[in-house]
Amino acid sequence: MVLKVFFPSCCSSADSGILIGRWLSEQSSAVVLAVVHFPFIPVQVKQYLGDVQRVTKVSVSVLGSWSNSKQEKEEGLSEFLEDLGTIFSHEPWIQISKEGDSKFWSCSTLQKHSSSPKEEEVILVYYDQRKVMLSHLHPPLDTADGRAEDTSKLSAIFDTVARSRVLFMTDRYDEGPIKLTHWQSEGVEASIIVELLKQASVPACMLLTFLLSLVSGICRSRVLKFWPLSFLWSKLSTCEQLGHRLQHLQVISSNKKAQTQIQLMRKANIFVSLLIDVGLGILLMSWLYRKNRIGHLADTLIPVADHVAEELQDLLQWLMGAPAGLKMNRALDQVLGRFFLYHIHLWISYIHLMSPFIEMILWYVGLSACLGLTVALCILSDIIALLTFHIYCFYVYGARLYCLKIYGLSSLWRLFRGKKWNVLRQRVDSCSYDLDQLFIGTLLFTILLFLLPTTALYYLVFTLLRLLVVIVQGLIHLLVDLIDSLPLYSLILRLCRSYRLAAGVKFRVLEQQAGKPLRLLMQINPLSYGAVVQTYRLPTYSCYPKDSWASLCKKLFLGELIYPWKHKGEKQD
Amino acid sequence: MAEERRFRSASGAPIALRRRQHSASCRELAVRGPRLQLRSLSAATSAVWLAAYGLFALSENSVVLSAAIFISLIGLIIYLHFIKIDQESLLVIGSLGIQVTSSYASGKESTTFIEMGRVKDVVINEAIHMQKVIYYLCILLQDPEDPQGVSEVVPLFQSSKPRLDCLIEVYKSCQEILEQRKTAPQSS
Repeated sequence: MVLKVFFPSCCSSADSGILIGRWLSEQSSAVVLAVVHFPFIPVQVKQYLGDVQRVTKVSVSVLGSWSNSKQEKEEGLSEFLEDLGTIFSHEPWIQISKEGDSKFWSCSTLQKHSSSPKEEEVILVYYDQRKVMLSHLHPPLDTADGRAEDTSKLSAIFDTVARSRVLFMTDRYDEGPIKLTHWQSEGVEASIIVELLKQASVPACMLLTFLLSLVSGICRSRVLKFWPLSFLWSKLSTCEQLGHRLQHLQVISSNKKAQTQIQLMRKANIFVSLLIDVGLGILLMSWLYRKNRIGHLADTLIPVADHVAEELQDLLQWLMGAPAGLKMNRALDQVLGRFFLYHIHLWISYIHLMSPFIEMILWYVGLSACLGLTVALCILSDIIALLTFHIYCFYVYGARLYCLKIYGLSSLWRLFRGKKWNVLRQRVDSCSYDLDQLFIGTLLFTILLFLLPTTALYYLVFTLLRLLVVIVQGLIHLLVDLIDSLPLYSLILRLCRSYRLAAGVKFRVLEQQAGKPLRLLMQINPLSYGAVVQTYRLPTYSCYPKDSWASLCKKLFLGELIYPWKHKGEKQD
Repeated sequence: MAEERRFRSASGAPIALRRRQHSASCRELAVRGPRLQLRSLSAATSAVWLAAYGLFALSENSVVLSAAIFISLIGLIIYLHFIKIDQESLLVIGSLGIQVTSSYASGKESTTFIEMGRVKDVVINEAIHMQKVIYYLCILLQDPEDPQGVSEVVPLFQSSKPRLDCLIEVYKSCQEILEQRKTAPQSS
């Protein structure tokens, strides 16, 4: 098999020494992690490698020799390097040598126990050690320690470099007996800001956990569980959103460090999402309270509600006349129209009763926008729901009436044809009726049939209005869901440090020279933005309606009530 | 060593196949489609701008003109960056894998690398599309559970659609390298 040597590009200019890394025998690949320079004592090197192996659980060993001769080739050096092969016995012993500043290196192997002594082809693959160490392959495989042999070749290589972090902690300023060259050998990188944040995060997390336990204790208290209040909480979407954000805060403030990369990304995404949300909310709040815009909003609220009520009254007057040229049943029309008009009158009286308090309520409610833009949008959606409550009521009345009528009609139609619905067998059976039953049944059927256009028209009008309100609320909830579930940290990471989220690798063929091994450059192929969003999406609490369009139309036709936004955990009516 | 030969695509456009052998087990095969022609570009732009001028003459609103410029610029950028594929190449490295690259007219390259362990075979399939029979080259991926099964089919050269003669050349080159992995002795 072809021998593949993965060589870190940072070691290209290192002084001569021996190569240490991991040998993957089933793929015939050698992953070089560092170069150990002369002078060294072999026993100390073996001991050091044993220590590293124990800590990282990666089978690091001496793979071969590396000679970087800046002048002419020295004869004694090559023999010395071959002798090293006998001290550190490794099958095969890889010898890489670079002359001067030449790009083309020669690579040969020494096999002591090989059955076929022919020349193996060697492929030299350069890789950027720091990027491969920090990168994560997607889709992430659940490998427990030591099962890396089952996984694909590339994940084994990424795994090797990532787990050998402790090897890269020694730099050239350390006073140990081993002198290494790797990506961090010029000096271990660290950031003061990161260290300070790490120190500050522990007390901050503890404080946050304490506050959250207080808040959740209050929420769970018995006072808030009484029937009217609990019903109210379940209907208001603001409470759902606040509960959702509380859960998020609990995730962030937990003391346990994130075990896997997915958990870490989720925590980071939640944190950034909360930050942006609160930032936008505070921006909105400052815009609302400047120039007393919220006062103006409160002032226009009552006239808008009045205007909506007036429009509804006009609509009802139109329906009570001859709408669109259709002829309605006069008596039923008047009854329904007057009933709905009275409702509107009641509603307007309530609104006018509340009008002195509206400004103050709105002022305090607007303050809660500082909890986040999502909370402000949910409050807006709830205000719309409250203001259009009468439309909802009318829709329910109209739908129930229409539904009753449709069921009545279908049942009497069966009677008209001499059939009956068999509840036991769940099918239509023929049945012989008495004459008086038939007479009354046909009479009722005729009455219901001729009253159908009136009821159907009222139902149609109010369903359309209700659907309009539902669509507006739905759009607001869509926006809230978008802000909730968008993994902003992952997207920013993909934009700025694209090598951390890897979908795979790509190889580039470098300049070749005949007789020298094939030179390839391995670069990281970053994940596409769509795949980033799909992998790291935060789960939300609302589930979109599972009804297909066909079943929705059927429900509308039959007059069954539609509940468009069901939240997870709510029972269907 | 590189050699280039001219062929035709399935729709009759001229394409060029370039073969490079980097080493005994590494080959690169690139199919280059026709470049963006200046006359089709100017025809499209002139059509959009004439329509915009017509609308401007009707409506006397200069927003129409700036909108037309904006639309043609954005449309050109989207076309060059997301739609027009200049070159599709296949890099076969024995014992490492197969890399499929598409280069767009704006310079963007989208690459996929498939490891050799997942590749079952490279074959030429035929497909019936409307009234034509089209040949296409594809990579068969191995099913991890079933050694005889195929889990996925990755079609190659989707946008340049070379004809059978070009595909046969590519097929032969790929098979020479794929055979090496069967005859190569296992590592000691």
